[in-house]
Amino acid sequence: MPRTMSKTMRMRPTICVLLACGLTFGLLGSGASAQKSRAKASFTTGSNDVLIKYIDEQVRLGWTDNEIEPSEAADGTEWMRRVYLDVVGHIPPAEEIDKFLADEDPVKRTKLINRLLEDPAYVRNMTTMWTNLSIGRRNIRRVSRSGMRKFYREAFSRNQPWKDVVYDLMSAEGHFEKNGAVNYWLAQMQDRDEMVQATAKTTRLFLGIQVQCTQCHNHPFNDWKQNQFWQFNSFFRQMQKVEHRKYDPKTGRQEDDYSEIIQRDFTGPVYFEKRSGLMVVAYPKYLTDEVDPGEETDRREEFARLVTKGDRPLIAEAMVNRMWGHFFGYGFTKPVDDMGPHNPATHPDLMDRLSEEFVKSGYDVKQLVRWITNSEAYNLTSRFGEKNAIDNPAAGESQLFSHMYVKGMQAEQLYDSLIVATGAHKSGRTSWDESEKQRRDWMQQFVVAFDTDEADEATTFNGTIPQALMMMNGDLTKDAISAERGGFLYRTLTTPGSSDTKRIRTLFLSTLGRQPTRREALLTGGMMRKLKDDKDKLAAYQDLFWALLNSNEFIFNH
Amino acid sequence: MNLQVPQGMSRRHFMQHLATAAATVPAMEFISHLQANAAEVKKKQKACILMWAGGGPPTIDIWDLKPGSKNGGEFKPIDTAAPGVQITEHMPKTAQVFDELSVVRSMSTREADHGRGRYYMHTGYVPNPTVTHPTFGSVVSHQLGTERKELEIPAFVTIGGGSGSPGFLGMRNAPFSVGSNGQIRNADMGGTSEGRLKQRLSMLSVIEDRFIGTKRGDSPQSHKDIYQNAINLMTSEQMKAFKVDEEKPELLEKYIGTGSQTGMMNRNAGTFGRGLLMARRLVETGVPFVEVNVSVGGWDLHNGVFNALANTNLPPMDAAISALVADLKDRGMLDDVVLVWMGEFGRTPRINQNVGRDHWAASWSNMIGGGGLKNGQAIGKTDADGVGIVGKSYLPGDIWATVSHALGIPLDTVFTSKRGRPMKIANGGTPIKELIG
Repeated sequence: MPRTMSKTMRMRPTICVLLACGLTFGLLGSGASAQKSRAKASFTTGSNDVLIKYIDEQVRLGWTDNEIEPSEAADGTEWMRRVYLDVVGHIPPAEEIDKFLADEDPVKRTKLINRLLEDPAYVRNMTTMWTNLSIGRRNIRRVSRSGMRKFYREAFSRNQPWKDVVYDLMSAEGHFEKNGAVNYWLAQMQDRDEMVQATAKTTRLFLGIQVQCTQCHNHPFNDWKQNQFWQFNSFFRQMQKVEHRKYDPKTGRQEDDYSEIIQRDFTGPVYFEKRSGLMVVAYPKYLTDEVDPGEETDRREEFARLVTKGDRPLIAEAMVNRMWGHFFGYGFTKPVDDMGPHNPATHPDLMDRLSEEFVKSGYDVKQLVRWITNSEAYNLTSRFGEKNAIDNPAAGESQLFSHMYVKGMQAEQLYDSLIVATGAHKSGRTSWDESEKQRRDWMQQFVVAFDTDEADEATTFNGTIPQALMMMNGDLTKDAISAERGGFLYRTLTTPGSSDTKRIRTLFLSTLGRQPTRREALLTGGMMRKLKDDKDKLAAYQDLFWALLNSNEFIFNH
Repeated sequence: MNLQVPQGMSRRHFMQHLATAAATVPAMEFISHLQANAAEVKKKQKACILMWAGGGPPTIDIWDLKPGSKNGGEFKPIDTAAPGVQITEHMPKTAQVFDELSVVRSMSTREADHGRGRYYMHTGYVPNPTVTHPTFGSVVSHQLGTERKELEIPAFVTIGGGSGSPGFLGMRNAPFSVGSNGQIRNADMGGTSEGRLKQRLSMLSVIEDRFIGTKRGDSPQSHKDIYQNAINLMTSEQMKAFKVDEEKPELLEKYIGTGSQTGMMNRNAGTFGRGLLMARRLVETGVPFVEVNVSVGGWDLHNGVFNALANTNLPPMDAAISALVADLKDRGMLDDVVLVWMGEFGRTPRINQNVGRDHWAASWSNMIGGGGLKNGQAIGKTDADGVGIVGKSYLPGDIWATVSHALGIPLDTVFTSKRGRPMKIANGGTPIKELIG
């Protein structure tokens, strides 16, 4: 108790008030569990950012109100694997784990977070995430994935304020490789659909709201009305794509050249049909802001300006909710892109405050990541039990963040993790750029397109038989467990002065990010020692490596 | 419990050797003899084939035409083998077997968004953030799959597209998704011996079980269940059910259709036909639920609806459906296999400025047939312009209740969601009276 108070004293007055309220509620609500919750309040990653204390208190409030107790903090290996996967998109290399475990600095978790945010892999991971969100995983003809990636890569490597990223996307014009942002629009313009898909996608992805149902009628489940869909839509109607072709002297045929987005003349309202058959009009209007529908107006420029203005615009909330969801598996709403009064947030005060602070920080995405990953909740184990059994959003319960939720690895995370597990990135055999293309080809096997105007797609990746077959028999695994000279197993098995114990430890560390348990060490060690023939022994190591890569513990981010 | 290599493994290897040892005539005859016997035994097994027209099919131009209305469009209705029932002129072969099929013309389903409609039609429930309902194939897998001990391949297969999630019924009942070419990637163990596989699986079980024991929710156990399914599959001789090319070419041609009628411009030509033929092979093997994507060029026809239907979508669909009905009948399976055709919603009766139709859920049609139902009927009615239902309307739960009835799954079956909420099968829908007699 005194320790908590002393920390509280250091905070700014506004936070103190909020915090005090939180504690009072806690004490009134359920004295016993509040006391226990506070007993563990000493957990820290080492960050002294006051907002993190606020996050922790708000999350704790949810535990107290629901009379649950949180799980323990995750140990170093569990947490390290998670933070690597979430921030840089792959598992930690074995030697980094040893370094981290040996580090006795009490602020080592914060240090690691800061280091990972400066790693080029953070930029790659965010680029992959936002490229997939923007244009999907399928290869779409006449849309440049490399252009889209380039846009995001530049944005995230400069840590460009999110507000500016959104502005650039919303107002994008020009050549699809010179200004990669236009690919966002090109991907939504696959059908001549009067920008219906562009409207639906933009509102979901950047504003966190779902208005697509209101395209045809007022929606019974949320507050959005049919005319609002078309008001949003009318901002996008000056946009036109041009698909250039060029003569190829080698083939003697016209071939695809570049695509571009240009402005076309479009003034006045858009027309849509009410369910009654009545035709009505909608003018460009963003929430309460109307813009001049005349020919002088660049409507997307106006849209870009309107969505990025103010102290807490929807783009801030949408980003906070999505990023929280990225790190925990669940945002404050399910799904993360359907916010509004019809779908209340689980932690409304926390979401509001984080959004506010995100804006105040200058839309600093790295800072947002720091806040989330330094929070107590993010540092808890994914194990849970009786005392917080109801915190199980997978079963339909509200998310209370009293333990980490097990997440399936994204296909890209798995691919990159296999590269790290086999040390291929160090041996010079694989460069990240090369692997980027190979990874994309490989991934197509898991992408299923729905034939709809929303160009939506699903993946058969997570927890399916095709995934299991790929992990058991696919080329990636075959390569990983091959005993080829220079390969990972070869190096592990031929390291001078090694022993079976050490080799087994290396395999566990490289894949699961932890040492073998006593039982695992006994079972595998015993088996290895019995084998005298080199060929048999090699086979046994290959089988062990196969088993580790195929395990639930490997494929889940937990 | 350890992951098991099933007994069937050596059997399958034997069969493979037999098949590759030279595709000699006697060996092939021997195999088809075995198949014939297997087919005899499994003939009485009930199954459902769902034909999923993803994107929202314009049923007003296919199953419920409105000649003389401003919404009527360009097509004429034709008579069918079912007295008094007319369908589009672009489905002539299907019209000839319509005494084995029926149309439900009074679907009224309120969800006109792709994602929501897809969920609603597949599960019978509207989307709800607190629970993931099982897609109906998972329900059938759960009810019929477990009792079919001889079935080594998944009890729910989707061909050429996605379906939905098994929801609270767990990954054990998840759809197994394959392409219509029947190729299953990575199913070949590349010469790994049974001994090596056993060694690998026993090590795997040690690691998996430890992780399951650390109590992190259901996912770690689901992973193990899926692996067992995958091992059963890849070591099973029933894998041949996916190999459409083992069928006689003449039969495959019927499913795909021949000549100009199939639409030479259609790059998808043959996909749906192959898929339906594979579905027949799968239900013959004992798979109780197969979903086939009606991938004939896309159904989200906001533009140029008539051109697309007449020249691209309908010819291959007509060939495939009529061939399936005839094939199932020839094999004496039609009374045991119920057929359903649907999408996420229908399309606006009004024709838009791009000669297309938009999303419409208020009044549209599903097709259903086979399964020992009283077929050859048009059930329900829309008004003269197709914009409203006259009389009784139906929900997806009613379609699935009819299917449950046909499959012999009791309608008082109740599931319990993970939160302990009871849920009636097919959302408490009622079998359509006219169809079950």
